[in-house]
Amino acid sequence: MSDLDILCLGISITVWFTLLFVFIIMPAVLGVSFGIRSFYMRTLLKIFEWATLRMELGAKEKNQELYKPYTNGIIAKEPPSSLQQEIQELRGSANSLRSEPEFEMADIFYFCRRGVESIVDDEVTKRFSAQELKSWNLLTRSNYNFRHISLRLTVLWGLGILIRYGVLLPLRVTLAVTGICLLLVLTTLVAFLPNAESYLSEKVHLMCYRICVRALTAIITYHNRENKPKNGGICVANHTTPIDVIILANDGCYSLVGQVHGGLMGMVQRAMVKSSSHIWFERSEVKDRHLVAKRLGDHVADKTKQPILVFPEGTCINNTSVMMFKKGSFEIGCTVYPVAIKYDPRFGDAFWNSSKFGMVSYLLRMMSSWAIVCSVWYLPPMNREEGEDAVQFANRVKAAIAAQGGLVDLIWDGGLKRAKVKDVFKEEQQKLYSKVLVGDSEDQMEDKRSEDGTPEGDESSKDPAEGQ
Amino acid sequence: LGGSCANLLLSHSQITRLYSRFTSLDKGENGTLSREDFQRIPELAINPLGDRIINAFFPEGEDQVNFRGFMRTLAHFRPIEDNEKSKNPTASEPLNSRTNKLLFAFRLYDLDRDDKISRDELLQVLRMMVGVNISDEQLGSIADRTIQEADTNGDNSISFNEFIKASFVLTLHTLL
Repeated sequence: MSDLDILCLGISITVWFTLLFVFIIMPAVLGVSFGIRSFYMRTLLKIFEWATLRMELGAKEKNQELYKPYTNGIIAKEPPSSLQQEIQELRGSANSLRSEPEFEMADIFYFCRRGVESIVDDEVTKRFSAQELKSWNLLTRSNYNFRHISLRLTVLWGLGILIRYGVLLPLRVTLAVTGICLLLVLTTLVAFLPNAESYLSEKVHLMCYRICVRALTAIITYHNRENKPKNGGICVANHTTPIDVIILANDGCYSLVGQVHGGLMGMVQRAMVKSSSHIWFERSEVKDRHLVAKRLGDHVADKTKQPILVFPEGTCINNTSVMMFKKGSFEIGCTVYPVAIKYDPRFGDAFWNSSKFGMVSYLLRMMSSWAIVCSVWYLPPMNREEGEDAVQFANRVKAAIAAQGGLVDLIWDGGLKRAKVKDVFKEEQQKLYSKVLVGDSEDQMEDKRSEDGTPEGDESSKDPAEGQ
Repeated sequence: LGGSCANLLLSHSQITRLYSRFTSLDKGENGTLSREDFQRIPELAINPLGDRIINAFFPEGEDQVNFRGFMRTLAHFRPIEDNEKSKNPTASEPLNSRTNKLLFAFRLYDLDRDDKISRDELLQVLRMMVGVNISDEQLGSIADRTIQEADTNGDNSISFNEFIKASFVLTLHTLL
């Protein structure tokens, strides 16, 4: 390379880093915003609307239909009612009061129909893959309609690729690396200072998270910040991606809970522990529920420690619904601060499909999307009420989060991503049907049993197929 | 796919929707579904008749179903629209007519495909639907009574026509 080339390279790198520093890192350090990201977001939205319009025009010209994921289903699905109700309807109302066991051959249609409906579309399996979008956001990865509809559109898409991979991605990777390095270095430094520890460590953590947020071009809107979690409580949120942590920690300091990892993650974990208290578990300890509960309880009892951040779903769900909350964190008996996180899928889908992508390829996809736009709602704190057990409390919190975030409240367990559903649910269905067959005498016995207080189980809340 | 589409009377968008569903169920990504792929749907796995319904998708003796077979079976359940009937009254009975839905249900009972539901076959399905909650004797008497009521030709089993008559009330309403 000639001298001129080297000079040019040197200058461009300097300019690059200065811009980076002035516009991104300094504001992150100081906690100030230039409003660049909101401007960027509005511009993008206008472009997407234009693109969708062109696609619709183009499709009309060619007389084709655009694939819209929400077209009328194959089966006209009615709102869910109970097994008893539907079978009564199936049989016609005349027979509802006979006391002897009765069976109609046509009862089978109820199960038939439910079965086929679930084959065409079910509530659970679609939560484990990325949500389908109504309009196109110029990313081929989330589009079914991409065809050569118009030259302008293709050019725009090509331009989009150039910008995303050529400009945005390197920028973001630089930022991310800077952020992590700073975290590692500064937390180690802060650990040496005994007195100013908590104040400084908070500042350091916040600063690093702010840099990371900019590294992802995350545009976050926080609502109801007066309800922010306080010390001695547990913060509970729905889980879509590991980035949830960055998004929440950007606005407050939390103690994280999780397994000890190796490699880079492990280094980060150890660094974080030096300056603030986090709860990391060895793999073997994770199974021991009492140990987990004890450590969480101890942490919470100490009022000087930060609130714990927990994701009770246990796994990443695609942000269209909230699945079963594991009751562990609700048994501790302290105040729970629910938080609802909703991502806007138009700018980039944040869901981590762990069976499809590893962590690194996921991060690369995130950093080469347009932006990550989300809203965070801090809900008013909740406590366990008299006579409520941990499961009911967990469900109450889950319902509040689902209502706020506009998500579907499901009773199904997120663990169904990988595991098979337990047989006990099928047995409940069978039990319900038996009651229909055998009729009143069973019902009388049921009432008696629940009066005696035998833990028969609350069918309507446990049965996962109904009451959604 | 063009020719069979006309027969199945599924619209273009419905077919695209079904195909998208088919591919999302096909974890092995080999263009066919196995029984395990169906079992992965939790709502189907807890359905007492789930296994029989899954069976209905697989042709005799085979373990894999392709998209055409998938669509064919599901086409039974498309809601009937009246305007279609008046459009072409001379066409052969479309797959999604009521009779075909009844046949689908009949075949859930009739495992050995001899076109008759025997007492044993009826008992099997009953047992699947009630689990362990009803005794053998009670179930047996339910089965006997059902056959008694439905069997008109006295051969102690239920033929398809007898089945249709026994479900008579339902044929008046739109099924499924």
